[in-house]
Amino acid sequence: MGSPHEPHESHSSQEERLRAFVGRTLGPPRRAQDPVNLPMIRHWVEALGVDNPVHLDEDAARAAGRAGVVAPATMVQAWTMRGYAATQAPPPDDGSGALVAELAEQGYTSVVATDSEFEFHRELVPGDRVEVEERVERISPEKATALGPGRFVTTVRTYRDAHGQAVATQRWRTLRFRPRQPDPEPPALRPRPAVNRDNAFWFEAAREHRLVIQRCVSCGELRHPPGPCCPHCRSFEWDTVQASGDAHVHTFTVVHHPRHPAFDLPHIVAVVDLAEGTRLITDLVGTAPEHVRVGMPVRLRWLEADPDLTLPVFAPHEQEDP
Amino acid sequence: MTRTAPRPGAAAVAGIGATEFSKDSGRSELSLACEAVLAALDDAGLEPPDVDGLVTFTADTTPEAELARVTGMGELAFFSRVGYGGGAACGTLHQAAMAVATGAARAVVCYRAFNERSGVRYGLGQADRPLATGADRAAYSWITPFGLSTPAQWVAMFARRYMHEYGATSEDFGRVAVLSRARAATNPRAWFHGRPITLADHQASRWIAEPLHLLDCCQETDGGQALVVVSAEHARTLRRPPAVLAATAQGSGPDQHMMTSYYRPDITGIPEMGLVARRLYEQARTGPDGIDAAILYDHFTPLVLPQLEELGFCAPGEARHFVADGHLEPGGRLPANTHGGQIGEAYLHGMNGIAEAVRLVRGTSVNQPREVGRVLVTAGTGVPTSGLVLEGER
Repeated sequence: MGSPHEPHESHSSQEERLRAFVGRTLGPPRRAQDPVNLPMIRHWVEALGVDNPVHLDEDAARAAGRAGVVAPATMVQAWTMRGYAATQAPPPDDGSGALVAELAEQGYTSVVATDSEFEFHRELVPGDRVEVEERVERISPEKATALGPGRFVTTVRTYRDAHGQAVATQRWRTLRFRPRQPDPEPPALRPRPAVNRDNAFWFEAAREHRLVIQRCVSCGELRHPPGPCCPHCRSFEWDTVQASGDAHVHTFTVVHHPRHPAFDLPHIVAVVDLAEGTRLITDLVGTAPEHVRVGMPVRLRWLEADPDLTLPVFAPHEQEDP
Repeated sequence: MTRTAPRPGAAAVAGIGATEFSKDSGRSELSLACEAVLAALDDAGLEPPDVDGLVTFTADTTPEAELARVTGMGELAFFSRVGYGGGAACGTLHQAAMAVATGAARAVVCYRAFNERSGVRYGLGQADRPLATGADRAAYSWITPFGLSTPAQWVAMFARRYMHEYGATSEDFGRVAVLSRARAATNPRAWFHGRPITLADHQASRWIAEPLHLLDCCQETDGGQALVVVSAEHARTLRRPPAVLAATAQGSGPDQHMMTSYYRPDITGIPEMGLVARRLYEQARTGPDGIDAAILYDHFTPLVLPQLEELGFCAPGEARHFVADGHLEPGGRLPANTHGGQIGEAYLHGMNGIAEAVRLVRGTSVNQPREVGRVLVTAGTGVPTSGLVLEGER
């Protein structure tokens, strides 16, 4: 099962290249597009339903011991987000590009955030200008996960104010993973035979790779399709004989329409004359429509159509079983 | 030798009626049945309360009592159904003729109505039909798991062997389609009105199940058709000249399967049709020479050829020459499928062909040949089947 990025180098050299990122800073610090400001605080607070008045109400903020309103602490990440335009059309290297590219190269093409731990050093107030620097702390060995095999990538983001003072640090963990191949569609099954008391023996024998023909115990006539009693002598007693597997094509059709998901079209169905004298509807395999002729000799093969269905099929006589 | 039969000539078709033939009727099959039945009664000059018998196909979804109730019929003294798909067509009139000949019923309506194109399409095959284990479904155990699921595929097996034995070609089958489409082209009721085809069109059409091209297969249709059967005496008192049922017969051959009778020593003929033919000629006291026109069941072109052979119009293997020589044309020895057949007019499980036979003996077909005294009609081939002979009184 290959991903499009099947590793073609040694495992150790891949480890090597990922380890080279550990401890490195991902690009230059990213500066907030806007200073901390009241309108964006209002949007955030309203959107998240924050009811603490210290974010919007000067008096409440002072009553709580602040100099004025303060931004919600976890909003620190929002100030430095790259914004809509850059999300839609990312710049050539937005900092983590080289690491993301290396991970993708190794097949870890998908990402999901797993956890985020914040440590806050001071509250931000309107007018603060924030920037963030991201450093790779750890890249885990490959782990098996429910999403697929992947590596946990932990970075530490340090948020600083205009004076270079750290206002918050964030330990940010993502899972970069190789998406599992979606489960293949269950293969379509051939139409089920309606197995009943009169025909079960035949399908059971087929499962054991025995092509049998019903025989009247009383008069010895062979009959197919089988029936409960003999049309020649009316006996209800029967047994079976095993067919040799040699046959000739009596007639055939090449099916082009309608499509059924269990069959690859065109599909050749034939009526064959078994050497024993009875006829059988069967598939012709190991040949092409243009090579099939009425009268051509064919030989039995077995088709394991699915776990519950084994069918006798026939192939041109010249073609020996592998 | 005389066989017991529905007293030949005792019954007659007194009325015919149909819905329009479409690809998407937009209404219920019951509604189609009602319209066809009421139209047939109107054609006969009868009222619903005059009806005391109903016959349809086992494949039909409209119950007799339901139809009687909603069309305002009263008491029903006879109701019966015939199996095997299109093989039932003439069989319904066989049942009706016996009922009126024996006095079991006085006026019997035979009907068939379906949304075969917009609803359950036979052409899509049996592969996905639900599983049951009665003998009916178990018969498919030898067929569908191998990918042999549709009527076209079943017929293809016979067609291939027929070609092998007699040297017939795809073009020989194609001529049957060209003939039907030529008649349909001049029949305003036909789906393919105004749209004839050439043999080259037939040859160029895509494969469905080799050796069958698309144009070897009849269309699929939504519609209904009904016919009123009464005694010949009664019919003479009604609105239309009677189309007397000179013969009706059903037939199931030796070693018969539903539509895959591949286990007979020879599979180039249609023995059940041979049986029907013998019965028809005995009852009508005639033979092929006494037949002036024919409606040959044409769900698939290849089985039209052995029908002509089983009916005695030519020797086995000779039908391709009989067709190529123009004998089925309106001016030929045996004008056939003057309505356009099921290939050209509509696929109504053969019932529209019986209505056309009534028009032929009335002298009212849109493609009316010269003198037509007797018309022979066949039903579905490859299955247990039926046939009838109509005689006109003009």
